[in-house]
Amino acid sequence: MERRYLLGNEAIAHACREAGVDFVCGYPGTPSSEVIDTLRAQLERPYYLEWSVNEKVALENALAAAWCGVRALCTMKHVGLNVAADPLMTSAYTGVTGGLVILSADDPFAHSSQNEQDTRCYAHFARVPCLDPASVQEAHDLIPAAFALSEEFGLPVIFRPTTRICHSKGDVALGPVTGSTRKGEFKKDPRQYVVIPAHTRVLHKKLNEKQPAIRRRLVELGLNRYEIRGKTAIIASGIGATYVQELLPDGVSFMKIGAYPIDEEWLGAFVRKHEKVLVIEELAPEVEETVRQVAGLVPVFGKKNGYAPYEGELSAAAVATIMAKAGFIDKTPFAPAEPVQNLPVRPPILCAGCLHRGAFYAIRKVFRDGIYPSDIGCYTLGLQLGVVDTTICMGASITVGSGIAHSGETRDVICTIGDSTFLHTGIQGLMNAVYNGATMTVVILDNRITAMTGHQPNPNTGLTACGVETPAVSIDAICRACGVKFVETVDPYDLTDMVNVLQEAKKRKGVKVVIAKQMCVISARRAGVKRGHYTVDPETCTGCGTCVRFGCPAIEFADEKARINDLCSGCAVCAQLCPVGAIVREGKK
Amino acid sequence: MSGSYDILIVGIGGQGTILASNILGEACLIEGRSVRGAETHGMAQRGGSVESHIRIDGQYGPLITPGQADLLVSFDLLEALRYSHFLKKDGKAVVNRHLVLPTSVFTQKLTPPTEGEIIAALKRHEICILDADQIAIEAGSPLSQNVVMLGAASKWMPLKPETLLESVKRLVPKKTIEINAKAFEMGRVAGGKN
Repeated sequence: MERRYLLGNEAIAHACREAGVDFVCGYPGTPSSEVIDTLRAQLERPYYLEWSVNEKVALENALAAAWCGVRALCTMKHVGLNVAADPLMTSAYTGVTGGLVILSADDPFAHSSQNEQDTRCYAHFARVPCLDPASVQEAHDLIPAAFALSEEFGLPVIFRPTTRICHSKGDVALGPVTGSTRKGEFKKDPRQYVVIPAHTRVLHKKLNEKQPAIRRRLVELGLNRYEIRGKTAIIASGIGATYVQELLPDGVSFMKIGAYPIDEEWLGAFVRKHEKVLVIEELAPEVEETVRQVAGLVPVFGKKNGYAPYEGELSAAAVATIMAKAGFIDKTPFAPAEPVQNLPVRPPILCAGCLHRGAFYAIRKVFRDGIYPSDIGCYTLGLQLGVVDTTICMGASITVGSGIAHSGETRDVICTIGDSTFLHTGIQGLMNAVYNGATMTVVILDNRITAMTGHQPNPNTGLTACGVETPAVSIDAICRACGVKFVETVDPYDLTDMVNVLQEAKKRKGVKVVIAKQMCVISARRAGVKRGHYTVDPETCTGCGTCVRFGCPAIEFADEKARINDLCSGCAVCAQLCPVGAIVREGKK
Repeated sequence: MSGSYDILIVGIGGQGTILASNILGEACLIEGRSVRGAETHGMAQRGGSVESHIRIDGQYGPLITPGQADLLVSFDLLEALRYSHFLKKDGKAVVNRHLVLPTSVFTQKLTPPTEGEIIAALKRHEICILDADQIAIEAGSPLSQNVVMLGAASKWMPLKPETLLESVKRLVPKKTIEINAKAFEMGRVAGGKN
């Protein structure tokens, strides 16, 4: 058996190859993206693979493949499952024949997300099984089990790793990669696949009838298990179970929940053998609520009575504190350790030479008093430049913009949205805004790639996920087809041009679209684009700070003068900003 | 608690902390030891403060608890101070004598601590400060500074130097093996071997 040091997502990808996955799709989203990135990087790919334009599209694709009898994997981040919720809910009714695993990665502490929602609640809602790995090795081992369960019960299975599984590493024991002999074939069965009321009522009943057997099977498979060690017990799920195992004192029983739905009879029998029970889980009190339903008079400690937090992520230290508070250990073994206070922060920042910074500068210059709805991507960092007033979910800059514009608010509305986000769920908002006569400006920040999640190609890139050339969509043509009359493409490195175009847009009524197009500076560097560095002539520099306020990490300020460090990528925007012309190309004076 | 040797590698997105952590993970595999780790991925990498946790002989969770790290390896002086509370009382620190001022210093006019102040604050621990950038250039490439740092830190790690070197050779790009092997050895010398 081979052992490798792998990222959780790499281990999951390997397990999919071991399970002989046939069909892979998804939409990038931290912390899920590396599963498909790993699968698409394989030299031999005996499976179909795509980056889909959004999660709903992806899930419908994967569901259809599973209807054809092949094994399908569909990946997304937790909030992506909101987008895919529509097919999810009814896919439980239609069921599948080939295994369908929906990987939805949760992000406790919202390291890179807009909320801390819990995918397990969706599984509960849709009445489909959900697997909740506690470690990288377990994430690997549960993937073949997920496909097998899906096929056994004819239901999609949700696989729910969290950031600390996806982006953790460990020495992982791997199995052999297997090839698949399955060939997709659609067997017509309207009673199963056409969910008209007469059919769906029957399907709903069938779905409910499957539940008791699923609950029992998850225990039989050892995915939910316990060890009686004393009169008190800790029940834990996900990575919380790993933290508990590190701290578990002698004489305390331990139940590990790795899959849902939980068998209530089995759970109740365990709980009633104890005098008190503590529940440890991240995010929603999914396990705790079931425990409380069956606990009878046994006291339960958890989120609902204030012993554990609803928010954020757990850690060994956090679990120790909860255990101490609930009386399961005398005191936490970890001494408090406070970080040094008041250090200058170093948050993520738009790269030196990022096209978004120039575009945001031009927007602020033209629409000083504007309202700036924005969206989800690297450009959300425009918050630091004061040009992001709202961000809620994918595609919502244009819809929030038209809502504000129609509310009676009289200031100009200028939305920003990236190319991938526009194609994901932005188009509907644009069509709606034009249709309903909004007056607003939409700036599409077009870097031709899905940059934030690790440079995945999208329909605007001209390449598929596997690197095959494909026609790139025309964002300009899409906007015109939505009915936008004013559509202009500009280079955000050319400030004068971008400012002029925005001023022209400002004068007009209706929806105007400005496409700010320039390669992502990271892609450009990888493609070998060289522009040469810029430098500050200290004799000309007056130390006015205009370039410093631009917020580029290549620009520093010392001894009353600006200077440019070696992060400079040569975009030359700062040279256009400098009121005295002190910023010049290196070697040219 | 868990009997693991906990190493926290910190720096700024793009400095090569992930490769450094992979080298340690691979070294653990070579020695047949268990290992756990966690790191920063996604947008947080864009020039932000990043951390990699590596728990040699780790069996449980991937995260190091503040106050429990055996060794801090920092690619930047300011980041060393930011994460210094992770070190346990007798923990050691290996720090690159290099200070990248965060853009917040210039845009928000903040006063950063000076190099002297940072070093004084870190002196509560046994500390090794080296000029990894300069050593990396001497070894043949400024990109090898992460390997220089590992070389310097190797004297405090419970891994054999020859295992670490083998791991470096396995994981760096083929064309750079010679430079990185030299970087590792020069880092060892700068760290004072053991």
